[in-house]
Amino acid sequence: MLKRVNAPKEVPNIGIPIKDASFPAPFASGLEYASPARGTWNIVHTGMLIPEAHEIFVCAASCLRGVVLTAAELGASHRFSTVEVRENNLLDGDMEDLVIDGVSDIIEKLPKRPPIVLVYTSCVHHFAGCDLDMIYAELANRFPDIDFVDCYMNPIMRKSGLTPDQLMRSRLYKALKPRGIKKGSVAIIGNDLPTDENSDLMQLLRGNNLKIHEITSCENYEQYQEMAESEFYISYYPSAAAGGDMLAKRLGGKHLYVPFSFDYDEIERGLTRISSELDIPAPDFSGKREICEKALKDTLALIGNTPIAIDYTYSPRPLGLAKLLLESGFNVQRVYLDAITGEEKPALQALKENYPELQLYPTVHASMRFLSEKEPTNYLAIGQKAAHFMNTNHFVNVVEGGGMFGYHAVLHTLELMREAYNEEKDMRNLIQIKGMGCGGCI
Amino acid sequence: MKQTSRIISTYSADTFGVCSALFELGGMTIMHDASGCNSTYTTHDEPRWYDMDSMVYISGLSEMEAIMGDDEKLIDDIVSAANDLKPKFIAVAGTPIPTMTGFDFNAIAEIITERTGIPAFGFATTGMNTYVHGASMALKALAENCVDNNAARSADLSANILGLTPLDFSVNGSDASIAEFLKNAGFRVISKWAMGDSLEDIAQAGSAHVNLVVSSTGLDAAKVLSEKFGTPYVVGIPMGKEYSDVLEKALKDAAETGKNQFPRSELPEGDIVILGEGVTSVSLASALELSCGKSARVICTTECFRETMRAKDRAIIWEEEIQQELTKAAVIIADPMFKPICPDSARFIELPAESCSGRIYRDKIPNLVCNFSNFISEVF
Repeated sequence: MLKRVNAPKEVPNIGIPIKDASFPAPFASGLEYASPARGTWNIVHTGMLIPEAHEIFVCAASCLRGVVLTAAELGASHRFSTVEVRENNLLDGDMEDLVIDGVSDIIEKLPKRPPIVLVYTSCVHHFAGCDLDMIYAELANRFPDIDFVDCYMNPIMRKSGLTPDQLMRSRLYKALKPRGIKKGSVAIIGNDLPTDENSDLMQLLRGNNLKIHEITSCENYEQYQEMAESEFYISYYPSAAAGGDMLAKRLGGKHLYVPFSFDYDEIERGLTRISSELDIPAPDFSGKREICEKALKDTLALIGNTPIAIDYTYSPRPLGLAKLLLESGFNVQRVYLDAITGEEKPALQALKENYPELQLYPTVHASMRFLSEKEPTNYLAIGQKAAHFMNTNHFVNVVEGGGMFGYHAVLHTLELMREAYNEEKDMRNLIQIKGMGCGGCI
Repeated sequence: MKQTSRIISTYSADTFGVCSALFELGGMTIMHDASGCNSTYTTHDEPRWYDMDSMVYISGLSEMEAIMGDDEKLIDDIVSAANDLKPKFIAVAGTPIPTMTGFDFNAIAEIITERTGIPAFGFATTGMNTYVHGASMALKALAENCVDNNAARSADLSANILGLTPLDFSVNGSDASIAEFLKNAGFRVISKWAMGDSLEDIAQAGSAHVNLVVSSTGLDAAKVLSEKFGTPYVVGIPMGKEYSDVLEKALKDAAETGKNQFPRSELPEGDIVILGEGVTSVSLASALELSCGKSARVICTTECFRETMRAKDRAIIWEEEIQQELTKAAVIIADPMFKPICPDSARFIELPAESCSGRIYRDKIPNLVCNFSNFISEVF
């Protein structure tokens, strides 16, 4: 039972109809609330994808606290260490020494020498003008058998240049060393969760007998290094695109960013582009749309007029999904998001024109503390945050696209919606687990 | 000092201590931070987050705001949210970047009060100390600003409990058990700082005959109340019959004499070592010594006040030094996060604390106030 602690008598309703939504920020920025939904990955989870990697965070206690316990909850404390920045380090200007000596001390104490160490520096290093190049040069000098990767926990930069998420995904591949490129070798990069074997992407690549590398399936550091033989690097998660470009430039392969989508034309354009670039036969799309349309009809017949809420943690295309469902007759009432990406602009425009009353809600606005439903509702939620705010156990529990891609994303989403409609989940407990699906990366 | 931890945890930070101490009092607490602090605090350090509607937020500080010294954005955002949500007070707590930029928390608090008419407090936490430091600051501020200065001593014997947060006591009923102990000892509990009571209850704290300080986070507030009202304080947590009896007598002595009391046992040094927050650990050590005659020494792994410790106890925060101190221990009582640095030869008794391992072992955190005998049966 939710207990009020002097909650305000009235909280302004901050939802807006999509017709009034400005791009890219539909809501004014302000104080930020954190909902209890924790399934999305953070930089600790993502770093753990590199087999045999050891993570060392160099930060203040307040910053270390969350990452230390992320690792502990994963059962990965043995792959995680810390160097704690204290006030004396800010005053004494010995930040470089602290990093070098601290990281060295930890490495010497590890029971086994890791092949790769991810060193995460933080906002304070950035503001102190820390000489990171010198630090990494010295570490490489001291430990020539270890690959050091500069990683960052500097959320203060989230509105400047690459976001921490983009940076982290790029750093996943920074340790790859150039090697001979093998024709017919492809790496799928930048996604936290493994690409579903049933996805159109995997079907296309496997169907043409290409060698597929993906960090999520690397079992050791050597397998990870083999990714560098790839002729093509394919990314489909938006935050991965910047890193893919850097990687291809450095190693000589070609990067193809083919966005995740629920739009049939965009799906086909992406898969066609891949087949064209890889010089493999174009996929046969015949009948695919009809299969999706039938699945949409069957799902609608089951779900009927049940109100639906979608949030941005389910996939990179919350508005695209809302558009697909609304155009198929589903009763999508709400979309929870804090910003609208450039990729979603066409869907935004279409929704403004055809479904102008669709409600948009933020997830971090201060008032959202009081705008989650106090009693269970009959909503079907797609995504953890939507499930929390609508207080429903009927929800699709997937984050970051769940490894779906292509028509498979449409069909699998509908399958999960039917499942969610038919079966309740333990929403309260499930959404509070950090880094959904990361257990397998340890 | 290399300030490294190969494998042990990092204690909850001062910023989160402020949030935890003020959580139930109807205020709005803002961590002046870019991102991450809110998720960390509400995931790992705040077991009440899902069930209680408390206003804890981050400011979302950006690089440009920090560089340009744009405090107006923060003030505007707080004023806007406060106008919508009507908190009873506003607290702004610091993190590393405001520390580096020399952010003036008190000045900002004054401006916020001017613009909203709501009392505001600035807490210059740095994110570089443990929760003890931050929660102490918050409870001290309550003592200085929120207690009715005209409160008259109650006719009946009465007490406040100072230093109650889930970081030390989780949400397993320990707070209620401490209140029950006081009631059974003949004290009416006026206020509990700060679990299970309101700002209005805390306002009456000046009428108590004695303050029971149950963690290091309550000691600074106790000192303020001592100065303002002449209220003596007693430091300790009731655990086990023998130590609880000692504590009860100390409370009555304090109420009668007006002198502060630090009841505890101190047998010659032995081979049982307790790691953790100071008051909890010394209370447990005393309870063990008095009930079993076995000597236990304490390594306080957070900030602590020397006067709450015994001669044989030490305060150590760094992994390597803690590990060295543990080499000769036969029994180690500590949060499970310390286990990897304990010698194989020692018997390890788990005593999880939210302040150390967060939510991971929450179900295993014992209520030592009413279940001490069960715990002790595991040790001996």
